[in-house]
Amino acid sequence: MTTATLSWTPVCPLDRLDPDRGVAALVDGVQIALFHTADGLFAIDNLDPVTGAYVLSRGIVGSRGGVPTVASPLHKQVYDLRTGICLDLPGVSVPRHEVRCRDGLVEVRLRQEG
Amino acid sequence: MKRVVVVGNGMVGQRFVDALRARDPEGRWRVTVLAEETRPAYDRVRLSAFFDGVGAEELNLHTPDDGVELRLGEPATAIDRDRRVVRTATGEHPYDAVVLATGSYAFVPPVDGAALPGVFVYRTLDDLVAIREHARGRRTGAVIGGGLLGLEAANALRLLGLDTSVVEFAPRLMPVQVDTAGGAMLRRYVDELGVGTHLGVATTAIRSGADGTVAGLELADGTVVDADLVVVAAGIRPRDELARAAGLDLGPRGGVLVDGACRTADERIWAVGECAAVDGTCHGLVAPGYAMAEVVADRLVGGAATFPGADTATKLKLLGVDVASFGDAHGTTPGCLDVTFTDPATRVYAKLVLSDDAKTLLGGVLVGDASAYPTLPGTAQVCSCNAVTRDDVDAAIAGGCADVPALKACTRAGTSCGSCVPMLKQLLDAAGVKQSTALCEHFDVSRQELFDIVRVRGIHTFSALIAEHGRGRGCDICKPVVASILASLGTGHVLDGEQASLQDTNDHFLANLQRDGSYSVVPRIPGGEITPEKLIVIGEVARDFRLYTKITGGQRIDLFGARVEQLPQIWRRLVDAGFESGHAYGKALRTVKSCVGETWCRYGVQDSVGLAVALELRYRGLRAPHKIKSAVSGCARECAEARSKDFGIIATDTGWNLYLGGNGGFRPRHADLFATDLTTSELVTLIDRFLMFYIRTADRLQRTAAWIEAMEGGLDHLRSVIVDDSLGLCAELDAAMARHVESYSDEWRDVLEDPARLRRFASFVNAPDVPDPSITFTEERGQPVPVGRTPAPVALGMPEVRR
Ligand code: SRM
Ligand SMILES: Cc1cc2nc3c(=O)[nH]c(=O)nc-3n(C[C@H](O)[C@H](O)[C@H](O)COP(=O)(O)OP(=O)(O)OC[C@H]3O[C@@H](n4cnc5c(N)ncnc54)[C@H](O)[C@@H]3O)c2cc1C
Ligand code: SF4
Ligand code: FES
Repeated sequence: MTTATLSWTPVCPLDRLDPDRGVAALVDGVQIALFHTADGLFAIDNLDPVTGAYVLSRGIVGSRGGVPTVASPLHKQVYDLRTGICLDLPGVSVPRHEVRCRDGLVEVRLRQEG
Repeated sequence: MKRVVVVGNGMVGQRFVDALRARDPEGRWRVTVLAEETRPAYDRVRLSAFFDGVGAEELNLHTPDDGVELRLGEPATAIDRDRRVVRTATGEHPYDAVVLATGSYAFVPPVDGAALPGVFVYRTLDDLVAIREHARGRRTGAVIGGGLLGLEAANALRLLGLDTSVVEFAPRLMPVQVDTAGGAMLRRYVDELGVGTHLGVATTAIRSGADGTVAGLELADGTVVDADLVVVAAGIRPRDELARAAGLDLGPRGGVLVDGACRTADERIWAVGECAAVDGTCHGLVAPGYAMAEVVADRLVGGAATFPGADTATKLKLLGVDVASFGDAHGTTPGCLDVTFTDPATRVYAKLVLSDDAKTLLGGVLVGDASAYPTLPGTAQVCSCNAVTRDDVDAAIAGGCADVPALKACTRAGTSCGSCVPMLKQLLDAAGVKQSTALCEHFDVSRQELFDIVRVRGIHTFSALIAEHGRGRGCDICKPVVASILASLGTGHVLDGEQASLQDTNDHFLANLQRDGSYSVVPRIPGGEITPEKLIVIGEVARDFRLYTKITGGQRIDLFGARVEQLPQIWRRLVDAGFESGHAYGKALRTVKSCVGETWCRYGVQDSVGLAVALELRYRGLRAPHKIKSAVSGCARECAEARSKDFGIIATDTGWNLYLGGNGGFRPRHADLFATDLTTSELVTLIDRFLMFYIRTADRLQRTAAWIEAMEGGLDHLRSVIVDDSLGLCAELDAAMARHVESYSDEWRDVLEDPARLRRFASFVNAPDVPDPSITFTEERGQPVPVGRTPAPVALGMPEVRR
């Protein structure tokens, strides 16, 4: 269902991202959750794989044992923001995407993986 | 390397794999697991929790392991003992050893109509998914079989909203576990829950209705029981078909015949769990199965373990009724003595079976209050799922286990149905172990200590707090706790600056997140009193934004299905009409319910509505460790249910009686009478201090009832603090409440007036005009509801069936 692109899509100015709070963005029809934390910028799918709701951008960010994390706001499973891997449920993960900041603009590139 | 093929990935099959892998670190055995079900092993004992919103993931028992090949959806079809291979539809698996762990199937009596759509068994997660699906929109249900499983299924049907009956062939419920008198007591509880019972009668046919699905049961006495859904729980039979076809011996009542080492006559073939007939006897509980798994794992690595025999103790937390039966419950030991005790007032039935010299307890049955159970001696089972005795737990504690997670890891107690966890805590307490109060990995202190640190040091931000008193970046546990503490101490709007990043999504959007990612909106309706004009506005808003509308249990109206970007528009309309936030999203004061009181009611002795409105306005917006609820009744008839609230008020001829520490929810508790015949101002002072003291000293997510219970000295201590001022705190508590009342402002209005805060209410940061395409509705009973409801529901506090 995702249309993968190899180009960078500008999303918003960096200052639109409140520190430690996510936002949702639409990139080529895919819902992305974007975060700006003290550990940097992160982008993962907005779709919570456990519940099927598009809500991960609204989770609380933090850390677990040094790993930057976000917790699903619905049932609180925690994901590694760097890899998208769920730290609570074996075998569960969300796709992650590439994100960078250029000239004050946040840009996202979808990853090929389905 | 040798190969073991495990047939069946149920609870015991999985336990065998875990046990073997733990004993075989060098990997001498290569493990292949053939599983008929398409999901990896899950906790069947806790299956019913699925209906309380516990998802498949949470029930999962399987952890992936490189040394184990798990082949889901690939059942074994035959064992070829000559060629030493296990066959499946797609291939062959050579073996050095085979472990049969195929469990049981549900026995369905051969009555007409048993194959109709709408007739289910209660064994697998797929069965439960199908039951839930079929129950949707239907009204009545019936369970064939009144044993442990049948009653558990009946409660599940009740939770699904079906009017439910149980049909049992024996003359009492749970015939295997309890005796006649115990069964009679149990029946009274079951009746009271609205579950009908038909005892001592057989089901002769299952009938279909006009649409071809099941419509009812015909009983031998001519009765017809309406049922749009039927669950058959008439017993289980071991799945011994592979062994039988392979020419292995079976037990006298079925099951793969094995010796005390769980080995069949073929030395390469073993059987464990419900499919095994150890020395001829099958065991239908998980604990003996786990013991067999350990035996075979030990044998495969060269050990000499044998099956120790099984304790058949059962404990059932059913429909809020405790039922326990253990040991020789039916008194079959020659010469044994029974002592029975029946108390119709408290509705407790107990029977103890003693040896002929009355010195040894052989067994017993308890219905109504199984709390006597843990006072049994050291050999008594604490955890019946995993056959862990009190001695085992005490030994683990003596060996250094200092909390429940450690006990779980070390003894496995508490890892299946979970109903013994409170007992584990009691045993830790009894052993004098002080349990850690650390909030989470980021803070070593409890909420109460954190509150004092924040208050005394005057800290205003999470970042300062974690830098000085914690570590890491925080998490979904400590951040909302700190947010709540900061809010209780009056440090500005919950969405100001850094505080915004600490809030749970509900507080962040000042609305309640729903399962589909939309939100609900609950305007405050103090005391449940509302003018026609305001009612009309709510109706218009709901209509214009196409919101699902429902009267809540808190005497107000909830509007569901709002998208993030619609929230400010909805609030604008509501705020303009004089509404404000009802804090349904916050750990805060929810509602003060009222009865109509002396204004209209012929019995009322005080103005209960007036007081409820005043209290709700006084405490609105007050953030706390958990939600706070209240109610005011106008006379002792108690129509407002005040005694089920954190603080409840009941009018007397001369004033008000104050009750503290009640709640509904998961563990209902009536509030205790705290003070009588108070004037309104005396009453308000006491409530002010009660709430402020609670906010300062309670634990995270601890409601007032649990807080008072945990307090040393309980209600008397509370009285000494807030009435007699024994800690000299009252002036401070009074001042804190005065500050709260003074600084209150409506959180919705504050957002509407501030463009910076408003900016957060966008669907997509780069496409604020595009509504979230995943939120779509269909219509049910004339209102919009989410389409494609997902399999894992948001869990509400509901009773849970346990044994
Ligand atoms: C809407 C409502 C059901 C309804 O349609 O009637 C409701 C809905 C929710 N309840 Fe409730 N409860 C509602 C009345 C109640 C009541 C009855 C009452 O207040 O008189 C109770 C039992 C009384 C009590 O709390 O002691 C109740 C006991 C719970 C509990 C169990 C609390 C406990 O101590 O065990 C939870 C879970 C929790 O808070 O942790 C809960 C949680 C929830 C949550 C917030 C679950 C969640 O996190 O999503 C539900 C979402 C609300 C929403 O708007 O999206 N709800 N809930 C009721 C809202 C009342 C209101 O106007 O504010
Ligand atoms: C609703 C419910 C509540 C229960 N509550 C309790 C309780 O409170 N306490 C308690 O002690 N016990 C309880 N039990 C019983 C407990 O679940 C069982 O004793 C336990 O699951 C037995 O484990 P097992 O591995 O032997 O069988 P199972 O867990 O049934 O696993 C057997 C597995 O083998 C698979 N299988 C069968 N044939 C083949 C084949 N040919 N090839 C491959 N796979 C095959 C089956 O599909 C199944 O997945 C409860 C059971 C139910 C259904
Ligand atoms: S509690 Fe008393 S005053 Fe209130 S409605 Fe009931 S009977 Fe009337
Ligand atoms: S886990 Fe079920 S009794 Fe312990």
